[in-house]
Amino acid sequence: MSVRLQMSGIQKRFGATRALADVTLQVQEGEVHALVGENGAGKSTLMKVLSGAHRPDEGRMELEGQLYQPASPLAARQAGIAMLYQEGSLLPHLSLEENLFLGQEECRYGFRRQQIMRRRSLDALERVGLSELDPNMSAAKLSPAQAQLVELARAFVSGCRLLVLDEPTSSLSRRDVEKLFSLIRSWRQEGMSIIYISHFLEEIESLADQVTVLCDGRSVETRPLAEWTRQDIIRCMVGRDVSQLYPDLAPPQEDCVLEWSSGEEHLQLRRGEILGISGLIGSGRSEFLEALFGLRQGPEAELGIQGHAGYASPRQRWQNGMGFLSEDRKERGLALQLSISDNLWLSSLPRWSSPKRRRSEAEIQVQRLKIRCPSAELKVSGLSGGNQQKVALGRLLQHGCDLLLLDEPTRGIDVGAKSDIYHQLRDLAAGAGGQPPCAILLVSSYLPELLGLCHRIAVMREGQLGEAQPREQWSEHSLLEASLS
Amino acid sequence: MKDTLWTLLKGDAGRFLVLIAIVLLFAAMVPGGNFGSWSNLENILIQSSVVSLAAIGATLVILSGGIDLSAGSVLAFTVVVIAWVMAKAGDQPPSFMLSLLALAAGLGISCLCGWINGMLITSLRLIPFIVTLATMQMFRGLTSGSARQTNIYPPDSWLNSIMDSVSGVQGKAWMLMPPAIWLTLISALSIGALLRYSRWGRHVIAVGSNEDCARLCGVRVLRIKVSVYLLAGLFAGLAGVLQYAYIGIGQPTTGQGYELMVIAAVVIGGGSLSGGEGSILGSLIGALIIGVLFAGCVQMGWAKWLQTFFTGAIILVAAILDRLRQQQGSA
Repeated sequence: MSVRLQMSGIQKRFGATRALADVTLQVQEGEVHALVGENGAGKSTLMKVLSGAHRPDEGRMELEGQLYQPASPLAARQAGIAMLYQEGSLLPHLSLEENLFLGQEECRYGFRRQQIMRRRSLDALERVGLSELDPNMSAAKLSPAQAQLVELARAFVSGCRLLVLDEPTSSLSRRDVEKLFSLIRSWRQEGMSIIYISHFLEEIESLADQVTVLCDGRSVETRPLAEWTRQDIIRCMVGRDVSQLYPDLAPPQEDCVLEWSSGEEHLQLRRGEILGISGLIGSGRSEFLEALFGLRQGPEAELGIQGHAGYASPRQRWQNGMGFLSEDRKERGLALQLSISDNLWLSSLPRWSSPKRRRSEAEIQVQRLKIRCPSAELKVSGLSGGNQQKVALGRLLQHGCDLLLLDEPTRGIDVGAKSDIYHQLRDLAAGAGGQPPCAILLVSSYLPELLGLCHRIAVMREGQLGEAQPREQWSEHSLLEASLS
Repeated sequence: MKDTLWTLLKGDAGRFLVLIAIVLLFAAMVPGGNFGSWSNLENILIQSSVVSLAAIGATLVILSGGIDLSAGSVLAFTVVVIAWVMAKAGDQPPSFMLSLLALAAGLGISCLCGWINGMLITSLRLIPFIVTLATMQMFRGLTSGSARQTNIYPPDSWLNSIMDSVSGVQGKAWMLMPPAIWLTLISALSIGALLRYSRWGRHVIAVGSNEDCARLCGVRVLRIKVSVYLLAGLFAGLAGVLQYAYIGIGQPTTGQGYELMVIAAVVIGGGSLSGGEGSILGSLIGALIIGVLFAGCVQMGWAKWLQTFFTGAIILVAAILDRLRQQQGSA
């Protein structure tokens, strides 16, 4: 066996965040190489570097002994590296064949060479076990599982020798997963190299030859599968110190702000309490918060919020004293083209107000939250990510909520802003500044944050909310185990 | 200080200077030296008032992230309905009550048209462009049908005089400007104040800037949108009242293509078709720039195609300047 891919010392920064600190990865010919790590450990960034979507700041990549510097995803594909993305990338208005050859059409004098492409697309479809499909059919008619296999067939059309699969089973049924696994094993037999990214350790145990663990943008360790235990993998994935970032918590009060139950699951939140919800991306945490806030229809549930029961629209929720912070800051959390002042006031405007009054009250929030800006009239789009997030949180402060639903409040922001937000949340829960204490429901993928900031933590797995336990009873290890197993 | 002056110039103040510059340019070029006279400027104001008034409604729609292509048809519908009611008076001059009834009927129809636009867009979740493209044709068809595809000739009434020039006219000079211009000014001030001081106004801008975020913040997005299209209908109707006063007959083909002039006025005035940006003052200046350009071309004796061409060129220049402004803003 020979080395197909060698990545060494790969580094990548986005502004102030270091997505990849130092990654080394070696993939052999005919090998399934599993890549595991927590959310945000750098797996996706690494694969984007490999597939030419990002250029690394430092480091060297070699493909079969040759220096490999892809300028674009197309260049990577021509070099024999294909990637299957989490979200589908088939164009529904084109036929299968047109999709397969998109960007790499066989042409002579600008005309498509129909026969050659037909033969090759039939061949590629057969290799992914879809020989029954007509290459002329519209891609819109495929089932999700078929669509994924067609995307794989695209890799064969381009003569791929290294295939990257990023969470390929997340939208597949059990039977389709089996089918995919047997295909992967047969391709390995043919000498194809496969990088397999998954949260599911049992998948990795049944497929992988080698396992590399990423943590905080570093490749921690690579070993053959037989030399790993599940415990080792999890310990490696966590591997960092809990810093002194987190303020001390005041004990919660007696009165209940939120009561929720659905079947076996239930949740109670008291005034002054911060309750964390852990779980993998896609486990239904955000959906849970959105259902509480009336943004989507949740499962049948008993819900009581300070005496208000049943379903309500977001507008009524604000009136109930509930505030919501979306994980998608740019698309849903903020109106980027509006001023800081307009964004802070959006949920709580009185019927009439003068711009002067809006500005002067906004300036108070700006100071309280330590938002760095020359004026509250500045457009939010001109702020850094951390300051934008503070504006989004400031809206809940401006509104004066009793119950805060926060979805990933510190995602993608620097440590300084994180620390400001943590202290702000603690003050809110403790009821600083003459305000009554709030209750906070905090969804986060960042385990140290949950352990450092929450009174109690519950784990969400496949849409099921587990029992909330005091934080002393959790460790990063056990949280991860509860969300994986 | 230098910075603030520059930001001012990039905004409505800069647009106003451009307007002044175009007026001065024509004043220098038009033979006879009458272009800059008050009576000529008053005439230009009168002729621009139809587009200006409709542009107030269109500004609201564009601020909220939508578009209204039906303004010209709604305007014509109003004209025809007013003429139809007025014509009930036969050959007699219509009574004051009848003319009020005609006004109410015309504005009622225009509000109804706007409300229909709003309801179609919100309840069927259709794109505003498509909905108003369709209703533009439908309202025009209904206009034509209700006038039996011919012009209605109502008798003269006081309504016909609201567009008449008042400068130098005995007994009317105290008005300073014709009622039509006062109507436009008062409408602009009230809507401008609503946008600045009321919750409704801020919510219109928020919906245009980021609809998802607004919904998440408890803004009643659908209600806001319906109200905005309703008002756009009302202002197209008010513009129709002025048009009726100007042409004096119920002509079902009137106001064709006005919707594009109205949108052009908003865009020249700094409105962004992706929503959240624009101002009433800017749109009025935009309407005036178009008006001055038209009048100037006519008085220079230039061909009509030049007016059309210049209007297009101004839109393009405005769009380019806007783009440059935004790039500077983000840098």
